[in-house]
Amino acid sequence: MISRQEVEHVAHLARLHLSADELVRITEQLTTILAYADTLAAVDTDKVAPTTHAAASTTAFRDDIIRASLPLETALANAPARDEQNFIVPRVI
Amino acid sequence: MEFETVIGLEVHAQLRTATKIFCGCATTFGAPPNTNTCPVCLGLPGSLPVLNKMAVEYGIKVALAANATVNPLSQFARKNYFYPDLPKGYQTSQYDRPLVEHGRIDITVDNEVKTIGITRMHLEEDAGKLIHDEREPRSFVDLNRAGTPLLEIVSEPDLRSPAEAVDYLRKLHTMLRYLDVCDGNMQEGSFRCDANISLRPFGAAEFGVRTELKNMNSFRHVQAALEYEQRRQRDILLEGGTVIQQTMLWNPDKGITEPMRGKEDAHDYRYFPCPDLLEVQVDDSWVNTVRHTLPELPEARRNRFVDSYGLPPYDAALLTEARELADYFEQATATGAPAKKVANWVMTELLREVTAPALIADGAVSPEHLGTLVLLIEDGTISGKIGKSVFTEMISSGKDPRTIITEKGFSQISDEDELLKLVREIITASPDQVAQFKAGKSKVMGYFIGRLMQKTKGSANPKLANQLFTRELSAR
Repeated sequence: MISRQEVEHVAHLARLHLSADELVRITEQLTTILAYADTLAAVDTDKVAPTTHAAASTTAFRDDIIRASLPLETALANAPARDEQNFIVPRVI
Repeated sequence: MEFETVIGLEVHAQLRTATKIFCGCATTFGAPPNTNTCPVCLGLPGSLPVLNKMAVEYGIKVALAANATVNPLSQFARKNYFYPDLPKGYQTSQYDRPLVEHGRIDITVDNEVKTIGITRMHLEEDAGKLIHDEREPRSFVDLNRAGTPLLEIVSEPDLRSPAEAVDYLRKLHTMLRYLDVCDGNMQEGSFRCDANISLRPFGAAEFGVRTELKNMNSFRHVQAALEYEQRRQRDILLEGGTVIQQTMLWNPDKGITEPMRGKEDAHDYRYFPCPDLLEVQVDDSWVNTVRHTLPELPEARRNRFVDSYGLPPYDAALLTEARELADYFEQATATGAPAKKVANWVMTELLREVTAPALIADGAVSPEHLGTLVLLIEDGTISGKIGKSVFTEMISSGKDPRTIITEKGFSQISDEDELLKLVREIITASPDQVAQFKAGKSKVMGYFIGRLMQKTKGSANPKLANQLFTRELSAR
């Protein structure tokens, strides 16, 4: 069971703006989803090592060797706003 | 009521890798904005991180130096929050399974060794840099630093005063510099420190409410900020108030701590394992390989300086504070100059000339030249006093002391005949003082030596001068 307040809080953290109708609907849906998670949680896994990844493989490492970065124009290509060198964003603090 | 201060420190050390933690972009400081970026560190959809092996290796090094445990399996997690310096919307960090746990560092409090626990060390990526516009409500984002590897080192709340906190910090700083895994530059932010501080009545078992201090970019700031916050909390508690748990920023201009604004949801990070990165496996053989690459650490070197050079513990501690300083001392001593004499020159004359001990090698005086200078004084070529003048010349010109002595005619007069002539002149010209000497006033010898030094511009060999005057005066 998840409360409407919790849904509002999580939506805010994710910067989602939900209407009153959506809040009701999503609270119901999330309750169903979490109930399914409860079913999984009921299984005794005390003696089972946690599976952190579906790919059963060892760590993939990269050597510490410099590779070319993007040209500045490409890096800034998707910027909503920019100047010569920087992304520009609304001031946050 | 008397209070006990409880402090724990979180240090973020930028690791000196050539590339970022999850991509091949260079970590060079001071590159033009956004020129060291790629799809991975820009957080573009579809890009995948690949872990830099060197970053893990540096973490292992620090773990070994701090007597800590390297976990055979650790894991990256996503720390979720929205801020423009973090284009992905989360910071890739480690959470419940860090690379390193259970370390310790020894500090010295009132000449006693105190062990400070290290809770954990974990790898994470640094964020980008924001520059706020002075006039308009907007910010410029430079993502060059985004993805630079950091090792976060978290201490236990074992520190009991601002002074202890700073000593721990210095020990850690020195260690990272010896290991050569972090350049330690606090102004440029390669070594950053946040502090948690709380007060409790003496004898209380529970911790008081803590505040977190940020924005301290020198050891001096750390000490000042903690001292200020200690007073502030004590005043609140003495008036019967309660400390509010919050993040405070040190304001070095005003010399006070101020509550940080914004980031209201700052502590709801919703960590979860990062599906883009596999578990980090570190086996014993890797740890052992790294163990063999460890350099001599500050404590061992300090002890060796006492044992093999016969230095007083104070000198040894000071000289091993920075790796470069200790190297310098050893190179100067390699010329054959006596260690204690070299130590004195380094500690009194040379350190005065540099802003930080680590910069000693950048100065004009090479260790070989300093060693030579000490040798020239030892063998009587020049007096200690002239040595100082030669040294001043070495600082400004960077020349070999031998060259300076020849060029400036600094050589000490050790020629007996030459000095004897002057000694006799002085004695003849000072009948009053001779009479005083004869009457048993041995102090007047200072007058004679002084006259001789005047005439020779300080270059007479003082020992020989003393012998000559004693002999000539007794003969009268």
